[in-house]
Amino acid sequence: MAKLISSHITFQELQDIVELLGKVSGFDLSGYSKSSLKRRIQRILDLEQMDVVDLKNAIVNVEGFQTYLINEVTVNVTEMFRDPRYYMALRGDVLPYLETFPRLKLWSAGCSTGEEVYSLAIVLAEADLYKRSFIYGTDVNSNVLETAKKAIYPLKRFKIYSENYNATGTCNSLSDYYTAMYDAAIIRADIRKNVLFSQHNLATDYVFNEFQFISCRNVLIYFDLELQRRVFQLFYESLSEFGFLCLGAKETMVNHEIRSKFKVVNKEFNIYQKIK
Amino acid sequence: MNKAKDIVLIGGSAGSYTLIVQILEALPQRFDAAIAIVIHRNPRFTTKIEETLSIKLRRSVIQPRDKTAIAPNIIYFAGPGYHLLVEPDWTFSVDVSERIHFSRPSIDVLFDTAAEVYQDRCTAFLLSGANQDGADGIRRVREMGGKAIIQSPDDALIATMPTYAIQANAESDVYDDQQIISFFRKLT
Ligand SMILES: C[S@@+](CC[C@H](N)C(=O)[O-])C[C@H]1O[C@@H](n2cnc3c(N)ncnc32)[C@H](O)[C@@H]1O
Repeated sequence: MAKLISSHITFQELQDIVELLGKVSGFDLSGYSKSSLKRRIQRILDLEQMDVVDLKNAIVNVEGFQTYLINEVTVNVTEMFRDPRYYMALRGDVLPYLETFPRLKLWSAGCSTGEEVYSLAIVLAEADLYKRSFIYGTDVNSNVLETAKKAIYPLKRFKIYSENYNATGTCNSLSDYYTAMYDAAIIRADIRKNVLFSQHNLATDYVFNEFQFISCRNVLIYFDLELQRRVFQLFYESLSEFGFLCLGAKETMVNHEIRSKFKVVNKEFNIYQKIK
Repeated sequence: MNKAKDIVLIGGSAGSYTLIVQILEALPQRFDAAIAIVIHRNPRFTTKIEETLSIKLRRSVIQPRDKTAIAPNIIYFAGPGYHLLVEPDWTFSVDVSERIHFSRPSIDVLFDTAAEVYQDRCTAFLLSGANQDGADGIRRVREMGGKAIIQSPDDALIATMPTYAIQANAESDVYDDQQIISFFRKLT
């Protein structure tokens, strides 16, 4: 494949693009990690064979381009039972506590195509908690939410998903929870039952419910410390007393003052509980 | 927080681990740069490179988390499954975007972002490996005014990666293992 010699955008150009997008649309990317965001924008320029001027033009003048841009900028890589030992930790450290709540509302913030939501549903079902649970999956990216709602995934992905699931220390088989059809698989109806997916932007939207459990994994890494602070505050206000907050493998609350209002439940997997 | 003003990058894949250990053993007690290393590894095996090396070398060998400040005298290893990036405020960030050359972490991603932030205070080494990761990164380091060094394919256990990078970067510096180790022995 011939490689295009394309020029690299600068941080200044990145900032101009972010400002323009913020002005003409509701999408605010100003709190995203700069280098990561810059690579995402660069990728779109290379894909579309555009330069910065073309991109700015498209943002202002091409219908649907703003949404396209947001959907391409966000990184949606996900798996069922990603980090199997995290789910083990949920079973051991979190579910026994959740059991004591009469009703459970859970929120997966930045849920991408929904695999994390269905993994949670399965874990809850196996602990006999799912019938009194409701899981909200939210994301800023409208495309991934469509996939999440359908709950249909390429069958070939289930090889990894099953490996992950088996590594969570279960004696069941993931195939109990989906139906294969040709080269796709759909999550079974009883697992899909108590979930709702909707669009929510962590950078600009507000509290919409009260939760006993929030999982926000591999999302905060895309945000700078200031935006992280906003999101932690949002989560704090959205959590009920003694509610849980679970972050991704590389994410931490240590850089933030709000940390003092939480207890560390599991250090390795960044599981926190609201205590104040 | 005291941040490193210089950064030394190392990218290695298959066949690079032994040399990386030799490099780190040669380091002086104290240096002011930070060292950031990407070595391709399989996320499904939890390797304990950082722990093993911390004990062996009796110094800080860390897998940076998100927004870790880049500090002097520390050796950072990109963790498995995540790209490692340098941010303009001299912190690391991580992301799970697409694999580059089948790799996450990818050498190109670290080299590209570090080159841009550290410019002429960035030195990058590309070592043995079996794929094409790193060649673009080497070019970016040079473009941004940094110094880029490729392990001599004669010394590399698997020459694909250095050979490819040399082809893609005609005027790059090529060092043999002794020259590489001696650079690190004299690191300040
Ligand atoms: C890498 S995925 C993580 C998926 C899943 N939580 C996991 O760990 O596998 C990150 C998700 O965060 C979403 N995201 C990015 N910015 C967001 C924002 N401002 N508000 C809500 N979601 C956002 C992206 O669209 C993407 O789907």
